[in-house]
Amino acid sequence: MAAVAHAHHHHEETFISKYIFSQDHKMIGRQFLITAIFMALVAMMMSVFFRLQLAWPGEKFGILNAFLGDKWAPDGILDKNMYLALGTIHGTIMVFFVLTGGLSGTFSNLLIPLQIGARDMASGFLNMLSYWFFFASSVVMIMGLFVEGGPASGGWTVYPPLSALPQAMPGSGAGMTFWLVSMVLFIASSLLGGLNYIVTILNLRTKGMSMTRLPLTIWAFFVTAILGVLSFPVLVSAVVLLLMDRTMGTAFYLSEIHIGGEALDFIGGSPILYQHLFWFLGHPEVYIIMLPALGITSEIIATNSRKPIFGYRAMIGSILAIGILSFIVWGHHMFVTGMNPFLGSVFVFTTLLIAIPSAVKVFNYITTLWKGNIVYTPAMLFSIGLVSSFITGGVTGIILADSTLDIVVHDTYFVVAHFHIVMGLSAIFGMFAGVYHWFPKMFGRMMNTKLGYAHFWLTIITAYGVFFPMHFIGLAGSPRRYYSYTEFTMFDSMLDLNVLITICAIVGAIAQGLFLFNFFYSIFRGQRAPQNPWRSNTLEWTAPVEHIHGNWPGALPEVHRWAYDYSNPNHDEDFVPQTTPLKEGEEAY
Amino acid sequence: MIKLLVVLVVVLGVIAVAQLARVYELTHKLRNKREEHISHANNKFNAGMMIVFLALFFGFFAYLIIEYGGELLPVAASEHGVLVDQLFTANWILIIAIFVITNTLLFYFASKYYFRADRKATFFPHDNKLELIWTVVPSIVLFFFIFFGLKTWNDITEPASDDAIVIEIYSKQFDWTARYAGKDGKVGQSSFNLISATNPLGLITTQAVEEKIQELDQSILDLEDRLANDVQGDNLEEELKAKLERMKRHRIRVLDIQKGNSKYDDFVSAKDDKVVKGEFHIPVGREVKFVFRSQDVIHSAFMPHFRLQMNTVPGMATTFKMTPTITTDSMRTITQNDEFNYLLFCNKVCGAAHFNMKMDVIVESEEDYNAWLSNQKPFVASQAEEQVSEEETNTENQLAEN
Repeated sequence: MAAVAHAHHHHEETFISKYIFSQDHKMIGRQFLITAIFMALVAMMMSVFFRLQLAWPGEKFGILNAFLGDKWAPDGILDKNMYLALGTIHGTIMVFFVLTGGLSGTFSNLLIPLQIGARDMASGFLNMLSYWFFFASSVVMIMGLFVEGGPASGGWTVYPPLSALPQAMPGSGAGMTFWLVSMVLFIASSLLGGLNYIVTILNLRTKGMSMTRLPLTIWAFFVTAILGVLSFPVLVSAVVLLLMDRTMGTAFYLSEIHIGGEALDFIGGSPILYQHLFWFLGHPEVYIIMLPALGITSEIIATNSRKPIFGYRAMIGSILAIGILSFIVWGHHMFVTGMNPFLGSVFVFTTLLIAIPSAVKVFNYITTLWKGNIVYTPAMLFSIGLVSSFITGGVTGIILADSTLDIVVHDTYFVVAHFHIVMGLSAIFGMFAGVYHWFPKMFGRMMNTKLGYAHFWLTIITAYGVFFPMHFIGLAGSPRRYYSYTEFTMFDSMLDLNVLITICAIVGAIAQGLFLFNFFYSIFRGQRAPQNPWRSNTLEWTAPVEHIHGNWPGALPEVHRWAYDYSNPNHDEDFVPQTTPLKEGEEAY
Repeated sequence: MIKLLVVLVVVLGVIAVAQLARVYELTHKLRNKREEHISHANNKFNAGMMIVFLALFFGFFAYLIIEYGGELLPVAASEHGVLVDQLFTANWILIIAIFVITNTLLFYFASKYYFRADRKATFFPHDNKLELIWTVVPSIVLFFFIFFGLKTWNDITEPASDDAIVIEIYSKQFDWTARYAGKDGKVGQSSFNLISATNPLGLITTQAVEEKIQELDQSILDLEDRLANDVQGDNLEEELKAKLERMKRHRIRVLDIQKGNSKYDDFVSAKDDKVVKGEFHIPVGREVKFVFRSQDVIHSAFMPHFRLQMNTVPGMATTFKMTPTITTDSMRTITQNDEFNYLLFCNKVCGAAHFNMKMDVIVESEEDYNAWLSNQKPFVASQAEEQVSEEETNTENQLAEN
């Protein structure tokens, strides 16, 4: 240990090695977070733009013209192709760049070494590469917004043939190529990160940190990384085959197409193949997004309820069960593609099974709150928000998982409501919770609590205001990805709801300004953080506030107990850090 | 000059950020330890807000049901649709109960157990019995839902009976076409190779094949002429050459259709098919088997009133069968809307005009349906009635020649 401590003194870091090409996991975590915040702002702006069109179809908005220019918003009226592009890029950025790269990248990097008691990731260099691939892929994605023909616009799932044929829509031109290249870079980043997380968790745990003493955050990151490593390569193949269909004349996904006045050469391919490959990643991806958020929440709810997380082993079991099941449910996205109905039945069965571990998690969260002593930090509020949205969005999953019912609601706003609440809201709430909770660890300062409260209450009210009414719009039969509903009289009665949704979306978007201000102001001017501000048990709070290479000066901490000894009757304090040795006669949980 | 300024500003900005970071580093070393506590007032405020929010949330839900519950899809207009709706009702009861109970518990506990310095939380790390209950109970409930869901699914997806009326629904950017069998009772074969302005579905008839070959011959000649003269620009020349190759291959594929002896029947069965646009009719109480095809990209045929949806996939036929139970007129009475029409519309994003790709569906008595269908012109209107025999001989001759 002395050698390590000695080495620190000689590492006088330059600006570049410290802030740009850093190999320190804490800095890389912050880099991921800031990049993700920027991307989230872009995606949020886009959603407000297309919401304007949906609430007031055909109205002129100066702001649209100012941002999108005369080509895409002539006179301030949103162009039809740009409408589809905005939805596509909004989805892509939120799913991949914010909730995958941003969430896992930030918190896996920050927390894995700190919570397992390691000096850094197994490979700092791969970790650095992971961030820079992520950065490059973000740059390519943003570049793709400015090409002739506009960005990719076939929906975030970019189903071929629509996405494969430039003749089919302007967005399937150069914009689509940028999208695909960006995804390849993104997947490289995700794989480099994921491998690193797995190796680090398995090999670098400090003395006494057995797998069954790991905080649930680490379990969640661990299973998430395994899901990513096993499923992202399949997306690479989907994306590369699509690139080949677009550029090299192959026909993996194309067959018997007549478009643009010409019968194309392609024969024998199957557009359904792409959907299988895409959703083989696409469904685990939902849990790649959700599990870290659930892990973060488990940690925050236990800490702030001053109570052990209820059913620690059942929580690990449900994380594992969700992880395994997530690989055999992808077909529920494809019930109405013409897939063999029997195959559909199998996917109904496996999908509904996921409800069981999910229900266990929810019940365990609620029981953790029961007879707790709840401290309302902003992080705790967002965690409770997550449990609520996980329930509210989760129950409608029972309908969508049922192939019979899916016939009626597939690709309607009901689906939009479902996944935005269960995955979008929950994961964003988890991410906010994580930022508020570990901000002192990341920046050595505290965020403002009152602003945090205002941010939470405005966010949850407007978010439900946006997504809850969408269930009704969907049940009236309204398809998603429609530029406007004015061509149908059957949807007229839903126009009021669309106005309400857009107003909530605008207020909600403005409310995020509270967070941004709080975040950036607190980095420089926030109150200085004590070492363990939330009186938490986990190891990261035993490390000094200022960041040092190697995390702990001197020896690594040694672990003697699980992470959830809150309000343990054998101790006077309502928390017992993992480094506290067992008392005489005390049994380890 | 302006560019230089911009570069200067960027460089200065980066330096400023770097300096700020250094200041931050230095001040960091002077940190003082101060415990951050959430005050009692803060905890109480948020605990109260939990209940306020819960009331708002459920109030909003109730408002939406009262205000918009009646504006959802009307009663199912097909036999299987009734089963779907029954399953929906069972699911609603279950999930609304779960939704209300768990959200209530969550916000109630959150509100009740806020931090008070004089008490300690109950140390309650696990309880095997409790955990077993809430693993097993959802499993049993789900079992029933899986069972009834799959039973309905099997009923819906079993093959159509032999006397079902077969209707082809054909999608392209951005409209729908329906096709009915002609007098021979068969919906004839088609090929994407034969699609043209006069043959939008690419139906295989002798005439269609001949016309396509002529058209391609002419286009190939034109293109060769153009290439023989100077073509401006390398790219254009490359493009035109590639196009020429594609056309030649296309021509070979058309010749293959002509040679296909096994498809002899198809040469006649498509001829009398009835191709309709704008609206299509179906008889109430008769089973209808839809066969979906697509010309260009994936679309989705959505007829929500019949609880029917199926993607249309290029290169692959998909099917869905149903029996309509309520005529358009009856549905107008039910919905108290004289303008009501059943609709088929696109539910898979397919391009700029995706939002306006629809077709009316008319459900009527079988007599009205038959009258309507006999009024529709066969595809090869001029030849279907009189020249059938002549055509057949022609086709035979042609096949013999090949």
